[in-house]
Amino acid sequence: MLGRYVIRRSVAALITLFGVSVLIFFLARVMPGDAAGIALGESATLEQIAAYRERHGFNEPLHVQYWVYVTDVIDGDLGESLYSGSKVLDDLAFTFPATLELVLFSTILMISIGIPLGVLAGRFRDGYIDNFTRVFSLLGVVTPSFVWAVFFLLAFAFYLKVLPVMGRLSEGAVAPPFVTGLYLIDSLVDGDWATFRDALSHIIMPGVALAMASIGQTTRMTRANVGESFDKTYIEFARAYGFKEFRTAAVYALRPALIPILTILGLDIAIKFGSAFLVETVFGWPGMARYGVQVILFKDLNAIVGTVTVIGFFFIVINLIVDIVVAFVDPRIRLGALAQ
Amino acid sequence: MIAGAFFGGRGWYKFSRNRLSLFGLFLVISFILMALLAPWITPYPQHAESFIDFANANQPPSAKYMFGTDLIGRDVFSRVLFGYRISLRLSIIVLAIAVPLGVIPGLLAGYYGGWWETITMRIVDVFLAVPSLVMALIVVGLVGSSLTNAMLAIAFFWWPWYTRLLYNITRQLKNEGYVTAAQVVGASHWHILIKEILPNCVPSLLTKMTLDMSFVILVAASLGFLGLGVRAPTPELGSMIAEGANYLPAMWWLPVFAGLGILIAVLGFNLVGDGLRDLLDVEV
Repeated sequence: MLGRYVIRRSVAALITLFGVSVLIFFLARVMPGDAAGIALGESATLEQIAAYRERHGFNEPLHVQYWVYVTDVIDGDLGESLYSGSKVLDDLAFTFPATLELVLFSTILMISIGIPLGVLAGRFRDGYIDNFTRVFSLLGVVTPSFVWAVFFLLAFAFYLKVLPVMGRLSEGAVAPPFVTGLYLIDSLVDGDWATFRDALSHIIMPGVALAMASIGQTTRMTRANVGESFDKTYIEFARAYGFKEFRTAAVYALRPALIPILTILGLDIAIKFGSAFLVETVFGWPGMARYGVQVILFKDLNAIVGTVTVIGFFFIVINLIVDIVVAFVDPRIRLGALAQ
Repeated sequence: MIAGAFFGGRGWYKFSRNRLSLFGLFLVISFILMALLAPWITPYPQHAESFIDFANANQPPSAKYMFGTDLIGRDVFSRVLFGYRISLRLSIIVLAIAVPLGVIPGLLAGYYGGWWETITMRIVDVFLAVPSLVMALIVVGLVGSSLTNAMLAIAFFWWPWYTRLLYNITRQLKNEGYVTAAQVVGASHWHILIKEILPNCVPSLLTKMTLDMSFVILVAASLGFLGLGVRAPTPELGSMIAEGANYLPAMWWLPVFAGLGILIAVLGFNLVGDGLRDLLDVEV
């Protein structure tokens, strides 16, 4: 039953991936009208544009162009970036770890702050903690990430002067030897505490700014579902059985709430890749999202296509993983009781 | 039915019991009034355009300029209020385009099922697979930044949420007794969709639209912040924050007040949306 579910979800994910590639192709090649003119810039002559069109197969029918684009992507050939002059794939490989580190860091914050806070608020409904949580999570959701970023900069970098303003490491600091590309992990692997502290102090503000909305979202979601759990008889039973309140709340009330939380996790990560476009710009974080902003402003078609393809691919894979994990966790899906 | 739930005493009573919702309603009404009345209530309406006064540039907040002035001496308070006009116009037009565009395929997919459902919902999955902010950025980046392009780009990536919502509701509703009854007496599909199912989607739709007012304002400000929204000299909250963020900490008042400006608008619609969700007891 589960095996069949996994296969069906994987096929659906592949179809979505195909659809995303068509959408991206349409946006970058068909919609702008004159892709060659954009690619060459405003100073290009008509002959140059014609030559470019010929060389890149823009005169072929659309379905042929699409096929060339897809096979190139599968081969890992995303073309050259006008903006940087190097291969798009190299640019992405170089900038991706920084964005991944930021997104993972803020995902950890979201889980480790959002869920406990939500459980507490659900346990002590309408108490002080609940009211505080409500305001905190609301502010998190409604304040744009770049506004948090500016507020944090003013407070912690300029007024209190406790955190650095920009970048991943202090000026002159040497990046830790490459293992994963995530400085926090690489510096630990290297056993270099000074670099670890430096990287940590740089990631705190962008990480928290990126996490605020999703912390709020997770807290609300957890609070609503855990709150419902506390009305159920199995909680009464757990208490009657003499389990400590902590175990009752953290195990029995939380478990049924985990499934809806898991499902929004995938969506939240996709949104983080979007918000990273803003946060990385504010903090000069040398990641893929800032690269994305720059290539969009530069109208660098190959690089734009490459960046969105990576984001779309990641989102689809993460959602697939989340769905499969949920299927394992949720006995209703695992045992096929829910007709999907 | 909705009007009854709302304006009939009981709905309003229940809504007004929640102080947060009332506060939200206050913010929303203030936001709309400030946007509509900006030319008459701002101290320097001429500062909304390309006005230059270098003698008063970069002034911190004072009695004369409540929120200070920007790089070329324009009153930030006046520009925030005029920025509200742009935000309000933009979000209303985006929803006016995206809602019908999403509602119709969602209704049909939920009601008819079959291949139409498969195709529609797959397309929705595709559109939701990349953050709408990123897609809107690309579209505006390639076709050029202007208010119209920003609106079209956001709307083009916003409709799938409504398709998904309407699809989920319709799929449940089509098994309700009154729909079966209508089918039995020989009502047309058209009648059932428009007269039986659609009215019952309105509470969810209304709640989602209220919440989305806040999220569209947010996305639009994000576009502006990255320099891909409305073009200068038109005042836009996101681009004002970007302008000030380049001169931190010296020009703190520009991003702080423009940021608070966004916050108030977004918070208001969010609170009212939450209140509606509780009141109408819907999922969105």
